[in-house]
Amino acid sequence: MDPVTNKADTLLMDAHEMGRALTRIAHEILERNKGTADLALVGIRTGGVYLAQRLVQLIQQIDHAHVPLGELDITLYRDDLALRKNQPVLRKTTISFNISDLRIVLVDDVLFTGRTIRAAMDGLMDLGRPAEIQLAVLIDRGHRQLPIRANYVGKNIPTSRDEVVRVFLEETGEHDRVSTLKE
Amino acid sequence: MGFKRKDLLSIASLAPEEITLILDAAEPFKEVSGREIKKVPALRGKTVANLFFEPSTRTRASFELAAKRLSADVINFSPSASSVMKGETLLDTARNIEYMQADIIILRHSSAGAAETLARAVRSSVINAGDGWHEHPTQALLDLFTIKEKKSGFKGLRVAIVGDLAHSRVARSDIRALTKMGAEVLVIGPPTMIPPYLDRLGVKISFDLDSALPGMDVIIMLRLQLERQGRSLFPTVREYSRLYGLTPERVRLAASDVLIMHPGPINRGIEIAPEVADSPSASILDQVTNGVAVRMGLMYLLSQLN
Repeated sequence: MDPVTNKADTLLMDAHEMGRALTRIAHEILERNKGTADLALVGIRTGGVYLAQRLVQLIQQIDHAHVPLGELDITLYRDDLALRKNQPVLRKTTISFNISDLRIVLVDDVLFTGRTIRAAMDGLMDLGRPAEIQLAVLIDRGHRQLPIRANYVGKNIPTSRDEVVRVFLEETGEHDRVSTLKE
Repeated sequence: MGFKRKDLLSIASLAPEEITLILDAAEPFKEVSGREIKKVPALRGKTVANLFFEPSTRTRASFELAAKRLSADVINFSPSASSVMKGETLLDTARNIEYMQADIIILRHSSAGAAETLARAVRSSVINAGDGWHEHPTQALLDLFTIKEKKSGFKGLRVAIVGDLAHSRVARSDIRALTKMGAEVLVIGPPTMIPPYLDRLGVKISFDLDSALPGMDVIIMLRLQLERQGRSLFPTVREYSRLYGLTPERVRLAASDVLIMHPGPINRGIEIAPEVADSPSASILDQVTNGVAVRMGLMYLLSQLN
């Protein structure tokens, strides 16, 4: 049970599993791209940024190569900007390198409807013309509303639409884990 | 907290938290203006109307550029080219713009309170781009944004505002914004240009520039509005320049890392020496860049509400 909401809280992934999933994704990124040439990682704020930082570190450990890392805020590209009651918090996009002709791996925590990724791709395209965009996510929970598929997936988790998937990370003062909340 | 206002009419009506919110919202848009493709789709499908009853080049251009970088559509109204010359009232003109489904109206007018009157009459958001001698809130916000970029914070910051305080809406907005954020403001100018009761806004007053400058962290020079008055308030421009012009010698009296600002357009050699205006301490052109970012942030916040 979640102590705050009193809803059933089910653990889907613990810290060990998360570590292994990220290590596997790091290997897969290196394998698919045959190394780190022209490669860059871009995390989607905020969860995706922490995961992208970890992947950069893992790639460094495996391949002894440094991959540039960027942080993308997609707020201005959301398709529900006008519909939301609460103002989303605007953050800064910090991509200090020219993304043109690079292979960009977008990193996000949970892949759900695909709308965030659509917004992120639009945001990237406004910054330049990458040679390729790939997508890495920790969790794919299904229910896509757009034709989008991830290249690297930590874990596929079948969910119902009304479930809430929550990713907790050490960077925000939690133990690494993924859980769902059910009504 | 979120930004809950329909309009931005004055600094006087804003809480310090709201000022912080607007400054924070401007931050990401500064990055957008530095990109190769300076456009984001945040206001796509929205319409922004520039309604300027007083001549203005940079403020109007700044608002127009800000709206366009947010992907809004922009229409420009100026009195010489419109039916104002034919006798239409301000409210009738504005209602016509409202019924063209304009989401945001930017108003500059020679009467104090014009923006407030308009805001009550139309559903569109209204941004005051200067009303008479009352306020020019977006200029104050971009000044604060520029100060925040260069200095660590506002608390205890010593700011001098120099020039014609009586006829400057920029000064009035700056004073309100800076004192709300905790800065200490000293205004300096000839006695004929300091209006009575200005100290009620929480500022200190001095008539002597040389003795006032030591220790100042920021100096905001106001433009001598030669076209508005002149002969009656001081004997000659040369005397004004000698007593209140910012020279390199005077800059050395202030703090070593002093920031020099000016809302523009500058009168070179009158209120500010060319060497000072072009020195690394001056942030006059940064203010122009930041003006676009601040106006983008503000329009983004206002558009979120409607």
